[in-house]
Amino acid sequence: MAFFSNRIKEVFLSPLNILNPVLVQVLGICSALAVTSQLKPAIVMGIAVTIITAFSNLIISVLRTTIPTRIRIVVQLVVVAALVTIVSQVLKAFAYDVSVQLSVYVGLIITNCILMGRLEAFAMQNTPLQSFVDGAANGLGYGMILVIVGGIRELLGRGTLLGYQIIPDVAYEHGYLNNGTMTMPAMALIVIGIIIWVHRAYFYKNDK
Amino acid sequence: MSKKKLTDSNSYIIIYSCLMVVIVAFLLAFVSSSLKPAQDVNVALDKKKQILAALNIRHLDNKQSAAKYNEVVEADAIINIDGNYIEKGTQGGEKAGFRLNSADYKNGKLAVYECNVGGERKYVVPVFGQGLWGPIWGYIAVNADGNTIYGAYFSHEGETAGLGAEIKDSQTWQEQFAGKTIYDAVGKTILKVLKKSEVRNPQSEVDAVTGATLTSVGVSDMLQEGFSKYQKYLRK
Repeated sequence: MAFFSNRIKEVFLSPLNILNPVLVQVLGICSALAVTSQLKPAIVMGIAVTIITAFSNLIISVLRTTIPTRIRIVVQLVVVAALVTIVSQVLKAFAYDVSVQLSVYVGLIITNCILMGRLEAFAMQNTPLQSFVDGAANGLGYGMILVIVGGIRELLGRGTLLGYQIIPDVAYEHGYLNNGTMTMPAMALIVIGIIIWVHRAYFYKNDK
Repeated sequence: MSKKKLTDSNSYIIIYSCLMVVIVAFLLAFVSSSLKPAQDVNVALDKKKQILAALNIRHLDNKQSAAKYNEVVEADAIINIDGNYIEKGTQGGEKAGFRLNSADYKNGKLAVYECNVGGERKYVVPVFGQGLWGPIWGYIAVNADGNTIYGAYFSHEGETAGLGAEIKDSQTWQEQFAGKTIYDAVGKTILKVLKKSEVRNPQSEVDAVTGATLTSVGVSDMLQEGFSKYQKYLRK
């Protein structure tokens, strides 16, 4: 298929593994700690960030030749802020429950470094289609880590996934206890550290 | 040096930024005003769902919730701090107490939802307070005796997910409130939220959320303050 050229494939796949925004570039750690104590908010946050990175990348890429270099950061910020506001308004109108659940974190997507990072590093130099794919892939790469961390923390911290009990009652009767520290943000940092370690050791081949 | 690019000239930058700001402002204003009606409907529906949750009527879809609210709420009265009616409210209450917010609550204009659940009279009272990171609020359903809790629902704006947010997310935690006594013999509010180890009087003290001490203190203070405000009304 010509539409999915090799370049597009590469742009799409690299943020999921060798250039993962969280694991390799270590961006977006703040929100990865804040929203991952349970699986559901982690999933919704991943989706919201994916949509916003994809479309802000697209818009900036379309405008890239017209943007004055000296105020490019301001322009990027305005685009991101406008998009985040629109997404948050749309959520409030059509997915009220989700917007209530994410509360302040939707607004805080503006400050997610992955967004500005991708706009500055990719969308300013590449075509709209590639930028859109790059934004979506980076959002997914970020969301993927959120989901893994959220899953681990919810399973070990409360014995549930998405609110459904996974650890059987039998285990509790035999003295198994939920690990309460897993619900604390500090454990998220340790879990992310372990994921980065495993990733570097087995999946990430550094040529240097 | 090569020829200066057009996009680097000062006038271009000024025109560009002005245009950008105007376009974005119009866009946001348009989005906001066109989505406002849909959002207002959601906000009202959400409030109705919270009131129903306090009455232990949960997990209904949007349509069922609206219908159920209409059926159950007989009046959304407004009372003052002395327990006297300011406004009586109407069946399926949307016009009187329903419109009050936390500012009215602070000023002593209190909402009471007089409900009929399966032939029994219940009072739902809203309470507002401060959690760790921001406002928290709740709806508490009280039995006809004005002293026993029938059900409770709490919510918050930005408590920590998985910790303070449990006051909203954990139905089990909210269900602990059912059957608790609010006032002692002289009308003092004895309903409290305390750490498990500090609970002395399980008849009116509720277990706090593990790992969310400050949010739990906020809930406790909110209940103390709220039920003091409603004391004259509920103990009539």
